[in-house]
Amino acid sequence: MALAGRTAAWWARLRSPCPAAAPLCLPSWLPAGPVACERLYSSRGKEKLDMLMYPVESIRNFSIIAHVDHGKSTLADRLLEITGTIAKTDRNKQVLDKLQVERERGITVKAQSASIFYNHEGVNYLLNLIDTPGHVDFSYEVSRSLSACQGVILVVDANEGIQAQTVANFYLAFEAQLAIIPVINKIDLKNADPERVEKQIEKLFDIPIDECVRISAKQGTNVEKVLQKVIEKIPPPQCNTADPLKALVFDSTFDHYRGVIANIALFGGEIEKGHKIVSAHTKKRYEVNEVGILTPNEQPTHKLYAGQVGYLIAGMKEVTEAQIGDTLFLYKHPVEPLPGFKSAKPMVFAGMYPVDQTEYNNLKSALERLTLNDSSVTVHRDSSLALGAGWRLGFLGLLHMEVFNQRLEQEYNMSVILTAPTVPYKAILSSAKLIKEYGKAEITIINPAQFPDKLSVSEYLEPTVLGTIVTPHEYIGKIITLCQDRRAVQKDMLYIDERRVMLKYLFPLNEIVVDFYDALKSLSSGYASFDYEDAGYQAADLIKMDILLNGNPVEELSTIIHNDKAYATGKFLCERLKDAIPRQLFEIAIQAAIGKKIIARETLKAYRKNVVAKCYGGDITRRMKLLKRQAEGKKLMRKIGNVEVPRDAFIHVLKRQTDK
Amino acid sequence: QWPYCRKRCSYCNFNKYVVPAVDEAAVRACLVREARTLLHLSQVQRWVLGEVSGWGGAGPFGTCLQPPHPLPYSVTSVFFGGGTPSLASPRTIAAVLEAVAGAAHLPAGAEVTLEANPGSAGTPRLAGFREAGVNRLSIGVQSLDDAELRLLGREHTAAEARGAVEAARGLFPGRTSIDLLFGLPGQSRDAWTWGLEAALGLCDDHVSLYQLTLERGTALAAQVWGGALPVPPQDLLADMYQTARAVLVAAGFRHYEVSNFARKGALSTHNLSYWRAEQYIGVGPGAHGRFVPWGEGGRSREARVQTLEPDAWMREVQSRGHGTRRRVVLSPLEQLEEVLALGLRTDEGITHERWGQFSPHLSLEAVFGVPGEAKDLQQQGWLVLDGGGLRCSWEGLALLDSLLPDLLCQLQHR
Repeated sequence: MALAGRTAAWWARLRSPCPAAAPLCLPSWLPAGPVACERLYSSRGKEKLDMLMYPVESIRNFSIIAHVDHGKSTLADRLLEITGTIAKTDRNKQVLDKLQVERERGITVKAQSASIFYNHEGVNYLLNLIDTPGHVDFSYEVSRSLSACQGVILVVDANEGIQAQTVANFYLAFEAQLAIIPVINKIDLKNADPERVEKQIEKLFDIPIDECVRISAKQGTNVEKVLQKVIEKIPPPQCNTADPLKALVFDSTFDHYRGVIANIALFGGEIEKGHKIVSAHTKKRYEVNEVGILTPNEQPTHKLYAGQVGYLIAGMKEVTEAQIGDTLFLYKHPVEPLPGFKSAKPMVFAGMYPVDQTEYNNLKSALERLTLNDSSVTVHRDSSLALGAGWRLGFLGLLHMEVFNQRLEQEYNMSVILTAPTVPYKAILSSAKLIKEYGKAEITIINPAQFPDKLSVSEYLEPTVLGTIVTPHEYIGKIITLCQDRRAVQKDMLYIDERRVMLKYLFPLNEIVVDFYDALKSLSSGYASFDYEDAGYQAADLIKMDILLNGNPVEELSTIIHNDKAYATGKFLCERLKDAIPRQLFEIAIQAAIGKKIIARETLKAYRKNVVAKCYGGDITRRMKLLKRQAEGKKLMRKIGNVEVPRDAFIHVLKRQTDK
Repeated sequence: QWPYCRKRCSYCNFNKYVVPAVDEAAVRACLVREARTLLHLSQVQRWVLGEVSGWGGAGPFGTCLQPPHPLPYSVTSVFFGGGTPSLASPRTIAAVLEAVAGAAHLPAGAEVTLEANPGSAGTPRLAGFREAGVNRLSIGVQSLDDAELRLLGREHTAAEARGAVEAARGLFPGRTSIDLLFGLPGQSRDAWTWGLEAALGLCDDHVSLYQLTLERGTALAAQVWGGALPVPPQDLLADMYQTARAVLVAAGFRHYEVSNFARKGALSTHNLSYWRAEQYIGVGPGAHGRFVPWGEGGRSREARVQTLEPDAWMREVQSRGHGTRRRVVLSPLEQLEEVLALGLRTDEGITHERWGQFSPHLSLEAVFGVPGEAKDLQQQGWLVLDGGGLRCSWEGLALLDSLLPDLLCQLQHR
């Protein structure tokens, strides 16, 4: 499944200076108006800010959440501009999205924060905008960003209306009991229909129509009003500087020169350079080197106080030392850790291999550097007879995987082979011997090679997700058929207005990881949107299917699949392999098997004639080149029994298939 | 190489040019000059000049040289290929042959072949070529079915082809070869069997049978790949080939190379010298050569290519005596690779003697007689290594391209 370019959001912050970020370095973010503020920055940003200027009552911590392309980043740009946080130029596009991949796809991958100073009715406010990634793959990142907030701006496109991600994001905010400010964006568009969208919001989210703010972020219309709403409707954080230090780590990045930079929200007390702090999770002790705020670049301050949001550098060497959700407290002044700590849970696994094995070490170091900034990717070493040494990587979702791959290519110039994604299955063991071996009765299987036999298993489980689809009603029939083909169970169906329907289905995750999104987009002419959330595990009739070449199993093509899908998948893999393996001097049987039972077969006939017709003077050079290339290719062949299989045949079969 | 044609055939991707008028005198002068220059470079007067391969449809003309030898060397054969060399005038052919004879020893019996198209092979014309010194003809019959000839974009009919072959046999008895194509899109097994029988009734003692190869950039390939014409199935092609082998062998022909058959010893000396990796000079636009340029102090065999485009080639010949565009020194391993890939195309294979000329220190047994890919192929019956040398079995010859990568691997590891 190739997620369309516009479909995503993701994470990652580049600390290296980039041209697009250059205007942000100047203290042009100073409010132009109030002279009172000016003295704070009289030395043009060289002197540290005194954050005591901003007591808890004047602080608002909020995020902007939206379906992709509904204008989240544009609104963020405008908010930063009108408050003078960044200079007003026409180059301010996706200021908070610094990665090439973010700008190319128009998505946010890595949450960024920006502190905004804003004077409203004579009061200086500190508004902390905590950016969130927009896509469900990053819902974990969204929720941790939200944990530092008291409210959200929910942006909905005046033309497209509520989409699947709007729904998912709304519920994340709603469940976190945050204040929600609905904003209808793009009212300048010709087809804008804000009334309809207001009605949708009222029907689906139970928010009164008169609370919606109609804006055009692009033209700046009514953006000021959004800021006022933030101040009026979002409560200040409930905490006290007099309390002991209690800081939530809600994000972290890695800087090659300074180590880990942790984004923190203070729920109590204050923090400054020289403080000795302890991580509630690791119990490790650190000394604070620097604290500051993000504007959106790092701006050191003397201190940070309760209710404020900023960053901290304290000699942490690895991002794993600054776990998202961890609580920091003062040495010898322990506090009750904040709730909500959990590790990111990978939902999609894929093998990653260097295209050329000589690139293994380069890829390894690129992976290490990239995962420094993305602790949600799990990495296990793996090897395949066909593809060589590599890794099995776990991602939050498919988009996460794509983005990770794209970043490897763009930022580290690495070209990799990514195998078809699989999902983590589970097995409840019944064999005492195996239980003893694993030390537990329930095991997770991320590699088909580890699939335990049915005889020693009482039940197999597969991960499921609750999918939300929002679509114009004319596509319902086709979408329902598609969902049924994917073994999905309908949970809900609601007309959000007279033309749009929201469907909820419980999907086995493996049914949507490869090409569901593309199929949905193509049968709805691009109009249906999709989002999903984790929905736990369900019992499933799973089997391991082997692919045999002349009776010998091809280990790297073994797959775990649902019994109902075995026949079709087996047939498909055999056909695909038949096209990918060149004819040889003998006949080759390509079979799909479950245990000893053959469920599909293709026959690749032996060559009976393979000799070029003409070979005279003029043709020899070209001919020799071709032959030598074939001879070189022989060295890269994987031999399965006596069958020679070119490595790219596996890639052809294993890689994600968009033309299935 | 005579690079000009009257018409483009739908399957041909050779270096050929269809131009309204050819300045034949200028081309002739250049062919003569280049032949002299290259013969001098190769110092063939000190040994035997293999051949001049030449003007066929649209291509180069070449001469075959033999490796250094204590005796005075000479040119063993001359071949006019193309393009369509039968479009050139006998005068041009004569001029080139005179140049060869002037620069090197050209024995009276040396094979001099001209490729001819039925459209330009009337008796008077062919007589003119014989007068000029040509003693062997290779006629591009291709098919004896008018519909097939139209599909191939040939400018002649089956009747014209018959006429040309009969005329040629009259003038060059026992030394007339015909070319046939099989595996045309849509061609049936029966159609091919019929065509083969018809050709057997017409031919002399040499037949070249080529499976049609769809070459990128040709009209026919575009039609097949675009779906307008059917792709001939692999198994049908194999059947056609095996049928032809059986039929021709039954008619007394020796299958002496993948695509070539001869009876009464009428093997093509010139082409054999390619497959035996002897030395040859290529003269004319796009002509290829393989020789040691002793004349300029060279000691290594080189692969040489002349400039493709005729006008550019002529300018180069006029200014520096030859139009050699590229020369690559072949390493000993590369030479052995060519010996292997070419030699195994023949029924005699690679003799111990020939191998020894290129590899004095490592015998055929030392490379291919040891456990490895070649041994496996021998056990499977595709390959033979014995006192005669290394060669393909009857079955193995049809699969040579599947055997060669293994053999090259094994050679590289020695």
